[in-house]
Amino acid sequence: MSDSEQTGDPRNWDTAPGDEDLDGHEMAGDVGSYLVGLALATLLTVVSFFIAQTTLVWQPSIPVALAVLAIAQMGVHLVFFLHITTGPDNVNNVMALAFGVLIVLVLMTGSLWIMAHLNQNMMPMDQIMQMQR
Amino acid sequence: MSAFDAAAGAGPSWDRQPTAGHAAGGLVSKRIIVGYGFWIFLLSDIIMFSAFFATYAVLAGATAGGPGGRELFDLHNVAIETACLLLSSFTCGIASIGARARRGSWFYGAMAATLILGAGFLFLEVREFAGLVARGAGPTRSAFLSAFFTLVGCHGLHVTAGLLWLLTMMAQVFAKGYRADILRRILCFGLFWHTLDIIWVALFTVVYLMGAGQ
Repeated sequence: MSDSEQTGDPRNWDTAPGDEDLDGHEMAGDVGSYLVGLALATLLTVVSFFIAQTTLVWQPSIPVALAVLAIAQMGVHLVFFLHITTGPDNVNNVMALAFGVLIVLVLMTGSLWIMAHLNQNMMPMDQIMQMQR
Repeated sequence: MSAFDAAAGAGPSWDRQPTAGHAAGGLVSKRIIVGYGFWIFLLSDIIMFSAFFATYAVLAGATAGGPGGRELFDLHNVAIETACLLLSSFTCGIASIGARARRGSWFYGAMAATLILGAGFLFLEVREFAGLVARGAGPTRSAFLSAFFTLVGCHGLHVTAGLLWLLTMMAQVFAKGYRADILRRILCFGLFWHTLDIIWVALFTVVYLMGAGQ
């Protein structure tokens, strides 16, 4: 099988994740997309490492800033390296990604929430040990 | 949608006419089906990592009187590791461009650069682990360190597998040339390598930057 088996309007073709549009284009444009991604990711990484060690800002805001920067960098990687876009040829890939993100969020928040409650409601370990004596 | 229809060969011919939106009519190329399937696998791999992340986040404070992240983590080392992996992600993209354009110098050169950068990342990580164990902060010291070694070590194992896959792809291109099936494997390898970098972004943020700041 090959790409030539796709019929119909090229604008309606699907795209594999990692592939850019299937219509012919120059290698220079491809490299440019990766270069933009590299520059943005480098910028976000440098800011992350700077923020983590700085004393210039209110300290409790640092974890939030780090989380925002990390999510932004993941978005940069998805768009410029994995070529997951919002185009009509990418709906399948985006839907799969959205489902994955949903499961990740349920798993992370659910675990942290339940474990924090258990931790809070459980008797301290030394008292349990005393009851067993 | 169309990928599944095409794979099953289902649907009458009138159903394969081009329609509005993403669902194109007709058969979809195997490259798209393979890439989509591998994307599903990668998302399930990310979900597995999220379980390790949840474990780590729950146990991050359980140091059992032992050393915490602030004493253990060397952000200078982590910054070099991050630079290695980010640059290797870029060179991996260059390699996939070179493979699709069938340019040997681009493909082999970029793959070799990816190999060197990935191996450098692994070397730094192994050295960090060995240093922690030598200081008595091995995975048996506390629940925090167990979770740390599990999470970071699992990513390291993925990178190791990726390097073996990388060498396999270079050998296959050398032996068999740029055949369609080889190019599909290179597509999957590129997706795998970029995803490892995405997981590393979450990892250095949650484990190292937030851990060292506490």
